[in-house]
Amino acid sequence: MKLLRIKAIAKKELIQIRRDPLSLAIAFLMPVMQLFIYGYAITFDVNNIKTVVLDRDRSSLSRELVSEFESSGYFTIAAYIDRYNDIDTFFKMNRAKVAIIIPERFSKEMKAGKSAQVGVILDGSDSNTATIAQGYIDAVGLLFAQRSGGAKLSPAVDMRGRVWYNPELKSRNFIIPGLIVVIMAVIVALLTSLTVAREWERGTMEQLISTPVSPAELIVGKLIPYFCIGLADILMAISVGVFWFGVPLKGSPLLLILLAMIFTFGGVSFGILISISAKGSQAIASQMALLSTFLPSFLLSGFMFAISNMPAVLQLVTYIFPARYFVTISKGIFLKGNSAEMLAWEALLLTLFGIAVFILAVRKFRKRMD
Amino acid sequence: MFGRIRHMVVKEFVQTFREKRNWMMLFGTPLIQLFMFGYIVTTDVNNISTALYDLDRSPESRELARRLQASGYFTISHYPQSPDEIRNLLDRGKVLCAIQIDEHFAKDIASHKPAQVQVLVDGTDSNTAMIAMNYIAGIVTRYNADIMSPSIKAQLFLLDIRPRVWYNPDLKSRNYNVPGVIASIIMLMCLMLTSMAVVREREMGTMEQLMVSPIKPIELMLGKTIPFAVISFLDMSLVTAVGVFWFGITIKGSIIFLFLGTSVYLLSVLGMGLFLSTILRTQQQALMATMFFNMPAMLLSGFMFPIDNMPEVFQYLTYLNPLRYFLVIIRGIFLKGSGLDVLWPQILTLFLLGVIIIALSSFRFRKRLS
Repeated sequence: MKLLRIKAIAKKELIQIRRDPLSLAIAFLMPVMQLFIYGYAITFDVNNIKTVVLDRDRSSLSRELVSEFESSGYFTIAAYIDRYNDIDTFFKMNRAKVAIIIPERFSKEMKAGKSAQVGVILDGSDSNTATIAQGYIDAVGLLFAQRSGGAKLSPAVDMRGRVWYNPELKSRNFIIPGLIVVIMAVIVALLTSLTVAREWERGTMEQLISTPVSPAELIVGKLIPYFCIGLADILMAISVGVFWFGVPLKGSPLLLILLAMIFTFGGVSFGILISISAKGSQAIASQMALLSTFLPSFLLSGFMFAISNMPAVLQLVTYIFPARYFVTISKGIFLKGNSAEMLAWEALLLTLFGIAVFILAVRKFRKRMD
Repeated sequence: MFGRIRHMVVKEFVQTFREKRNWMMLFGTPLIQLFMFGYIVTTDVNNISTALYDLDRSPESRELARRLQASGYFTISHYPQSPDEIRNLLDRGKVLCAIQIDEHFAKDIASHKPAQVQVLVDGTDSNTAMIAMNYIAGIVTRYNADIMSPSIKAQLFLLDIRPRVWYNPDLKSRNYNVPGVIASIIMLMCLMLTSMAVVREREMGTMEQLMVSPIKPIELMLGKTIPFAVISFLDMSLVTAVGVFWFGITIKGSIIFLFLGTSVYLLSVLGMGLFLSTILRTQQQALMATMFFNMPAMLLSGFMFPIDNMPEVFQYLTYLNPLRYFLVIIRGIFLKGSGLDVLWPQILTLFLLGVIIIALSSFRFRKRLS
């Protein structure tokens, strides 16, 4: 390998990147946009569940029950209805997700100390909201019964819950460290995966082959600019996360950056490997990149969906993708302040992955040239 | 005019299906995506790995542990012997949740003193943490109720809430998510294929050849679009069939109506793809731009995160998103059996959105050519 030739290839690639400012702009805008969407627009919290009320009792007690629901903050009363059949219409038009039905004898039974029935119908099509709503309804019911019954209750078992690492349970703190991985995958999948395929498709590869550049030199030369872009992206994402969104970085920033470099190297090499395997079709290369880097890092890394919830086979599959290890690393350093010793295993696997993919890319490229 | 369009369409089909690898790309990719998303996108939380630190070792504490295990939400995987060990397990991510039952647990219950149970939850994944905490609280409440004296119990459960769940009685999140997955896969495929195909022609220089032929811009556009409309339709049928026969999702509404909904949806998505292709020059750009639009479109559609929970500004943004409307349509048809009487506003909006964007892109297309 000669440094001079690597430099020449890197320079050529850099010129090509500079000539396509739109792609470069997207490469930097995409992470920022995602950070802002995840930071501002999206929460896992469920509140303001739209609710309709069918109050057949129309007593002060039934109104109290309804206001108990409303003041809990979880439910918003969308409408009062008169007929049972209206519920279906409201649910189908997505104008309500919960219906509360208070029967005629509600206040009488409550006052007589008998158990009063209240019907609740949930739109189960959105199972997550329905499950959470069910929990809220139980809690509101219990509170109402306690208050109106006047019972002073001290439960036999007193549960004290504490949350570690992210005590306020901010979903932002959980998403942003993992998001870095997704961003990396995007850069890899979208930038590097086309770089070799494009040369073949346009026919410029022939020119490159006829120069004295060796396969390893060519690949290293192509790697360098994308590696820098990827790293710049990660640094930008980390600083926006820490300084703008206030995500705590409890561990060592140096360790995070060092491991991010290893991850980036593996990612960029993988993109080039895809590009070489795509046999000169950019369309195929982009689909391969989508399937082998974008989706796995989004779905199989534990970034958003817990790995322990997946079917056993898919849990095994997650071990193949480096994104899984980097999500553990990133969340560990950010939120738990994990030390290098604790993450040694993940770091080792990342390094091995990077080296293996790089060697594979060089060998595959050599074979194609023959 | 129709003759020329027919020739274009035939040319596109021949070009596409001549190569075997394109078959894989067009029909394999969406299937792999469906399987990945279908199994992973779930909001059900179960098998939370749990550490139990039982200092009391009484029949009562064992009963509480048994209830946790029997709920199916928790798997007790570790029995630490000291608080340090708990800290270590949580730090290394071996368990998500640790439960400490204090000494004198049984004694305190017997003497009507509040018996202490401490729960530690790893908040890194805020959603799972919150759900886990709620589950434990529910189990403890039920345990409390069961060991309570009957008179207090009657008071506590004075209000008898009977929840019923419509449309999806078992609250399986798959029934809600798979239709959403189908809608998003179709969007990604369709956007990517259309934008890349048109741009490819330009990048390869074959656009010049087409322009010197007597074909008119509008014919060229239709000829390019129709094949992808057909392919997207085939993809939709394929993915829907797998959703029904493999994942066991039932379609409660009319299949013909589903196809009507799909066709207006495809109209607007194709329009967006075409519009992108009038701005872009290289396949690299097409790929980046597709992903740039697709990510927020997926996040801000109600696919995974309910729109009602978003800040108002983002809620307005979702009105521009075709996926938003189609999700209502496809979920309505699959889960609720809704028909045109309920879903006409969505259908109409998608149709108008499609017509506007296609008109806009054909205007831009003509301008670019001349």
